[in-house]
Amino acid sequence: MTAATAAAIPNAPAEIPLLDVRDLTVEFSTRRGTVEAVKHVDVTVGKGETVAIVGESGSGKSVTSYAVMRILDRAGRIADGTITFGGVDVGKASEREMRDLRGREISMIFQNPRTALNPIRKVGHQIEDVLRQHAQAGADDAKSKAVAILEQVRIARPDERYHAYPFELSGGMCQRVVIALALACRPQLLIADEPTTGLDVTTQKTVMDLVVELTRERGMSTILITHDLGLAAAYCDRVVVMEKGRVVETANSHAIFSAPSHPYTRKLVRATPRLGVTLSDLLPEEEGAARTAARTSSRANGANGASHTTSSDKPLLVVEGLVKEYPRKDVSGGGGLKAIFKRNGAAPAPDAPPPVFRAVDGISFAVQRGESVGLVGESGCGKSTTSTMVMRLIDKSGGKILFDGEDIGAIPARQFARLPHRKRIQMVFQDPTESLNPRFTAARAIADPILRMGASMSSKELRMRCEELATLVGLPLEFLDRFPHQLSGGQKARVGIARAIALKPDLVILDEPTAALDVSVQAVVLNLLQDLKEQLGMSYLFVSHDLNVVRLLCDRVIVMQAGRIVEEGPTEQVLGAPAAAYTRELLSAIPHPPL
Amino acid sequence: MLGMVLKRLMLAIPSLIGVVIVTFLLTRALPGDPAAYFAGPAATQEAVDQIRKQLGLDQPLPQQFVRYVKDLARGDMGVALTTGQPVAAEIMSRLPASAELTLLGLIVSVLIAVPLGILAATNPGSLLDHTCRIVTTAGVSLPVFFTGLLLVYFFYYLLGVAPAPLGRLDVYFSAPPQVTGFYLIDSLIARDGETFVASLKQLILPAATLAIFALAPIARMTRASMLAVLGSEFVRTAKASGLSPSTVVVTYAFRNAMLPVITTLGMVFSFLLGANVLVEKVFAWPGIGSYAVEALIASDFAPVQGFVLTMAVMYVVLNLLIDILYGLIDPRVRIEA
Repeated sequence: MTAATAAAIPNAPAEIPLLDVRDLTVEFSTRRGTVEAVKHVDVTVGKGETVAIVGESGSGKSVTSYAVMRILDRAGRIADGTITFGGVDVGKASEREMRDLRGREISMIFQNPRTALNPIRKVGHQIEDVLRQHAQAGADDAKSKAVAILEQVRIARPDERYHAYPFELSGGMCQRVVIALALACRPQLLIADEPTTGLDVTTQKTVMDLVVELTRERGMSTILITHDLGLAAAYCDRVVVMEKGRVVETANSHAIFSAPSHPYTRKLVRATPRLGVTLSDLLPEEEGAARTAARTSSRANGANGASHTTSSDKPLLVVEGLVKEYPRKDVSGGGGLKAIFKRNGAAPAPDAPPPVFRAVDGISFAVQRGESVGLVGESGCGKSTTSTMVMRLIDKSGGKILFDGEDIGAIPARQFARLPHRKRIQMVFQDPTESLNPRFTAARAIADPILRMGASMSSKELRMRCEELATLVGLPLEFLDRFPHQLSGGQKARVGIARAIALKPDLVILDEPTAALDVSVQAVVLNLLQDLKEQLGMSYLFVSHDLNVVRLLCDRVIVMQAGRIVEEGPTEQVLGAPAAAYTRELLSAIPHPPL
Repeated sequence: MLGMVLKRLMLAIPSLIGVVIVTFLLTRALPGDPAAYFAGPAATQEAVDQIRKQLGLDQPLPQQFVRYVKDLARGDMGVALTTGQPVAAEIMSRLPASAELTLLGLIVSVLIAVPLGILAATNPGSLLDHTCRIVTTAGVSLPVFFTGLLLVYFFYYLLGVAPAPLGRLDVYFSAPPQVTGFYLIDSLIARDGETFVASLKQLILPAATLAIFALAPIARMTRASMLAVLGSEFVRTAKASGLSPSTVVVTYAFRNAMLPVITTLGMVFSFLLGANVLVEKVFAWPGIGSYAVEALIASDFAPVQGFVLTMAVMYVVLNLLIDILYGLIDPRVRIEA
């Protein structure tokens, strides 16, 4: 890729583009005055072109797309610039004209497919609503057309699914319905706003492949809004990178990984976990180099981490034949359980449903001292159930959980919190915001386990300990007196980690600790976790669906499917040369950017 | 669906048993001695004792309770001492009067409050929103007897458009043959237009009084719930699909927003039914609220027990109806039952 072609690409479409956004500025009026969420943005999308808008949270990528649809919420307004779609000036069009454009000419698919559908309306009726609104179907043929569209998005048994409510369908299936809604009237432009965030990798792949296939088939243009550079580069022709409301770089998707020109793009590309990199490679260059040097020197000195691994041959945690059963309510089921059935793909046989559902089906593994073990699999595979049982938050149905030689599985979960063992097993939760008490300051949150289980100390000593922990996790001390809503996602993650290590545990269970974070923040948090492990000699049980992240942080990997372990071994071996077909399937579903 | 209804009814049995026990004990714990009250201030101790024996009040509490439950099982709620009338018959004749008034008040209130709430939610911060807030706050702040008296003063005394606030029907009319006990419905069944109009005239002012009071909770709940639903992601999807504002507001937003509104309706209804004593007093309405209060003042056990039990049963039935409605609106509830 030469510099000349890369430079030529931003103004590549020679003919009049389908969508032309020029100098767009979007303002939001807030209590503290107006805030510009999007500043002087230019984006063009040609006919049949696929463009990605990539950026981290708060970059203004979604707001840009809402402005194009003119569905900004009440507080937002287009302050400056023009949006031209197929010759129509979107900024000046009447609300009625816009309504005709939406759904018929431009349509959108959204991040969370479950909440994007009306929960109490049959999916078939929701598709009919769109068809009839745009006069694509009448009362007599609406149903047959809706069924046909469901079939096009590869929904099996569309006649039956027409009558389904969103809660009766899996996440991937709901996203297909959302795609069906968006494509029902054969629009010219599809805007996909984080369409696969929250879906499993294999589901992500089928959904993205479906979108690409359907849009290519119809000669449609697509805007893919995502935080995942890998996904953007794998599926799009051009990538627009946004930072803090501005476009910092527009480039061909090949060029963006091989020759990122803007420093922010370089930082993003570096922070994206991918094949053949180490943890410190994720950080910006100087920092990463310093980190690598520090790590090698500490290794050379025979630091704690290494000595811990060898100090004792007895594993810290041994799980033997662990089983968790849930009573099956009835065939149609209800709530969360039902979601698990559906995601497993195996519909319970209506004639003879087994009386119980095995979420975890006799698994055995061990975690050594100072080791980090990755527990991976798709939603519903039982990985979270396993970690919650090891954490002793729920009781097992069978098997043993041996912690440091003692069968802690025999202790009821109710009583476990009062025992000294509680101090030795701690957890970092998935959502850094939801897992903090909104009325506790950061210092109070960190002090919480110490106050409950730690040695009694004066308030001064407690403060000292909190500051010590904050320094350890890299949280500036002035943030200690802030409340969760005054902290950023990364800072909240640090508070959650500081709280988990406050009692110097031996085993920390990390439940997708970076899933809710931006890639650059994720890079920092992963490095932090690695450093802490080496400094404090802890073991990690790392629960995740992101194989690239597991690859970076874990020594060993356990792959789970439908409650069983399908493969287990050293990380390089399992992810480099997988033995099980399921592992290969998971690996091949990860979007690989063209390199 | 039938299974759900039966299951719900089964669940109501323990609470009804609880109500029977608690009301029995509570009425016994009331201050005042009914025997002394009925014997009159000049009665001798023997006379009082005799009346006490007659009433069975000299027996130990468990025995009194067993007798009470036995009677209840036969549909006998005892006899009101003040009037000498059987309580069950009295309640059955007065309950429709209260129910008709409350239902009409509630219907009027819903017809005004729900559209008002929706409009306020679709135009938050607008003049309409503020007007809605002021009107409903004023409605709930004024005591019902005051609103009632104000309405009587204007519409009966000053303008003369409303009939005298003296019960369910003007003296010149006779009640329609009883079918439901609701005069409006019974007069229609009897094809008696004049009686219908006359009873409607009597109903308007007291029903309006109740409606004004009930506006606030319904309108506020509709507004809050609509605002939450209008901000949800599936409404955004509906808008992004180009659906018309009326489809978005009615089919997508309102149906989802109805669930908390229905819960509020149930609470408002049961509250109004029991607590409209003051309205019944102002309009000389022969309802069960005023009946119960009079009995309470006279320490007359039987009507009070009968009243509380009736209310409890109504409350159970009402909640059942709400659950059924929930199931009709929300398919997720249907499955879980």
